[in-house]
Amino acid sequence: MLEQHLAALPILIPLLAAPITFILGRSWFTWLFATSTSALACFFSWHLLAAALSDGVLSYALGGWPPPWGIELRVDTANAFVLLAVSTLSTLVLVYAKDSIEKEIEASKHSLFYTAHLLCLAGLSGMLLTGDAFNLFVFLEVSSLATYTLVSLASDRRCLTAAFRYLVMGTIGATFILIGVGMLYMMTGTLNMLDLASRIDVYESSRTINTGMAFIIVGVSIKLALFPLHMWLPPAYTYAPSAVSAFLASTATKVAVYVMIRFIFTVFEVEHVFEEMRMDLILMVLAIVAIFKSSYTAIVQSNVKTVLAYSSVAQIGYMILGLSLVSVTGLMASFIHIFNHALMKGALFMAVGAVFYRVGSVDIKAFRGLGKQMPLTMAAFTIAGLSIIGVPLTVGFISKWYLVTAALEQNHWVIAALVLAGSLLAVVYIGRVIEAAYFQEPTESQAHNKIKEVPWLMLTPMWVLVLANIYFGVDTSLTTEAANAASEWLFQNTEMATTRQEVIK
Amino acid sequence: MAELINLVLLAMLALTALRIIFLKDLFAVIMLFGIFSFLSALIFINLDAVDVAFTEASVGAGISTVLMLGTLALTGRKEKANSHSSFLPLVVVCITGAALIYGTLDMPDFGDPDNPVHQHVAPRYIEESPKEVGLPNMVTSVLASYRGFDTLGEVVVVFAALIAVLSLLSIRKETEQDASESGLKSHHVLHVVAKLVIPLIILFALYVQFHGDFGPGGGFQAGVIAAAALILYALVFGLPNAFAVIGAKFLYCMASAGVLLYASVGLFSMYKGGNFLDYNKIAAEPLAGQHYGIIIIELGVGITVFAVMLSIFYAFSSQTARSNIK
Repeated sequence: MLEQHLAALPILIPLLAAPITFILGRSWFTWLFATSTSALACFFSWHLLAAALSDGVLSYALGGWPPPWGIELRVDTANAFVLLAVSTLSTLVLVYAKDSIEKEIEASKHSLFYTAHLLCLAGLSGMLLTGDAFNLFVFLEVSSLATYTLVSLASDRRCLTAAFRYLVMGTIGATFILIGVGMLYMMTGTLNMLDLASRIDVYESSRTINTGMAFIIVGVSIKLALFPLHMWLPPAYTYAPSAVSAFLASTATKVAVYVMIRFIFTVFEVEHVFEEMRMDLILMVLAIVAIFKSSYTAIVQSNVKTVLAYSSVAQIGYMILGLSLVSVTGLMASFIHIFNHALMKGALFMAVGAVFYRVGSVDIKAFRGLGKQMPLTMAAFTIAGLSIIGVPLTVGFISKWYLVTAALEQNHWVIAALVLAGSLLAVVYIGRVIEAAYFQEPTESQAHNKIKEVPWLMLTPMWVLVLANIYFGVDTSLTTEAANAASEWLFQNTEMATTRQEVIK
Repeated sequence: MAELINLVLLAMLALTALRIIFLKDLFAVIMLFGIFSFLSALIFINLDAVDVAFTEASVGAGISTVLMLGTLALTGRKEKANSHSSFLPLVVVCITGAALIYGTLDMPDFGDPDNPVHQHVAPRYIEESPKEVGLPNMVTSVLASYRGFDTLGEVVVVFAALIAVLSLLSIRKETEQDASESGLKSHHVLHVVAKLVIPLIILFALYVQFHGDFGPGGGFQAGVIAAAALILYALVFGLPNAFAVIGAKFLYCMASAGVLLYASVGLFSMYKGGNFLDYNKIAAEPLAGQHYGIIIIELGVGITVFAVMLSIFYAFSSQTARSNIK
């Protein structure tokens, strides 16, 4: 029976668990319940990816109504692969959160944290799995509201302005997406993505459709923090509780990148977006500016969480760069980096959260001498940091490798060189923290009070991610197979849409 | 004639919007927001979208005005002077507006029956839904059955709004204030009128709730109307009395229960061998199943919307009560 509903389960489990968590109240059982439901969703998303790799596509008609009349969940390798990263990170972050939020969120708000986290997971899973453009907007709203809540939960008051800024920018983004979807509906009379794709052909040169496309792409760009629209992200990740930063940095923007890919490849045709509208040039320039400008800003920050936040904006640049190369390898590099970046940033934010747990500050000065006092945490930070830089035997190297290969395939020597130059900037901003931890003496006040290692419940998920950084850096069969299948599938998609249209008629 | 009405209403809408932008008195701005919503509701009626108009009137003009007034009580009436330059925002707004106008150039003619919207998915909703779903109100058929998953998502959005408000403002029971001292104690006329009106409002909410299958209405509007009745009670008789009628803890349970009730219909249809929210499988007869399913999910919607709206009001007004004591 569960096989039949496999596509719906990763959305339904956290969606149902959230209201239950809300009434459970404040106890360790709430944490256990939230974590185990998230683990269950993660388990089913493994199965979903396995099913997508073997069968190709799973379609699930909600309410039993066939698409386009009803809402369809449509799972292929692309969304199953991203879903796996999202649900895994959610589970690990929840394990980590139990101790971490003790120091960062008021005790009376702990059950609100777990509820909002599960709502966010449900929303992100819905955005990934749905095959319906309006349903995507609904789940975008669920996940967005939950993320604003999560950011505002920190006991540091500055999180409130950060959350408000995020709310305003996020709402503008969501409204743009809604306007775009409305225009598409007006011109086609349908909301199902594949059905939209096949009916857009008829109106290809329509100014209304092109405007709708522009609104959707700008709206999604706000959500994924593409360079000039990224201003909400650094304060949000800096002042949010560490567990929240770890979860959002590794999942929320990545799901938005997926939505961008899905709209460009499945709904609007690749040729139309990239060859006629020249969207690839715009995205490529913005991506490169994002990599350099944000990496440079990261170098001059003193708050380590802000450093990591700017680094995230730069890493999103790499994902968009892969997409803008318009090739199977380029898109594959984007997908691999979506997955790998989740592993790196999750581990880094967890390590920084661990430092806050013991030292009470995330300023770079607080890291002085921690290499001796918190050896496991700082080792985790170092390995994940090497991964961000792209050192061989880590996942970061794999991402960069495919990105450079994709650039060289098209003889874009300059881009390949720029990707490598971007890594050098990462050496500087990660290196500053590592230098402080290992080669500087602790400050007077810190030397006196003994700083111990954090509890094992915080160390375990951190190290699981660190080991995953190494494992997937050596054995790349899962990531490359899934990413390759996903990008080849998306490039073939246009023909699929037309054959399906005949079936519907 | 309809076009003339539309033009006049749209002009009034634009004027209201402009006034809202330039007015500094926030109380007047909130009143104008209410007017804006009523005007949009009238436009929706003119477009024959009665359900949407009903929602706009009850949510946009009704409850959100009350909630904004609740916020105003915490913040103060005057808008602060804007210190930063508004040149860049103006440019962005102009570009967005220009893009929207550009987008209208190839739009199909207004109200043309040959429009794509009327040609593709909609004909099945119009022709088949009385046979497939069995409800006279097609809007309810679409949103509760064909697109029931979206509606579940919307209920979860409402629930998420409650979580968001509670993470910022927690509901506090006032212990300092005596229940008999609170509310508008000396306004006898208001007391009598409120006592007469509140049962009628609740009755109307129930009518809207259960009549949604046949005419405009449904869980969203009913939940908001019922919440309005209790908000009126809280305003006239004081917050402690309202807490005595429905406490915050109970409201939290209701908010969760509504979502779970909705989802449990889906789970039950899964248990019966159908897909999630496949009402056909609930009962032996598919049409009866659709009917039961829709009634229960609408009830879930109504319960959650009611509980969330009232909790948000509690959260705002219990803060006000505290700041007044100080």
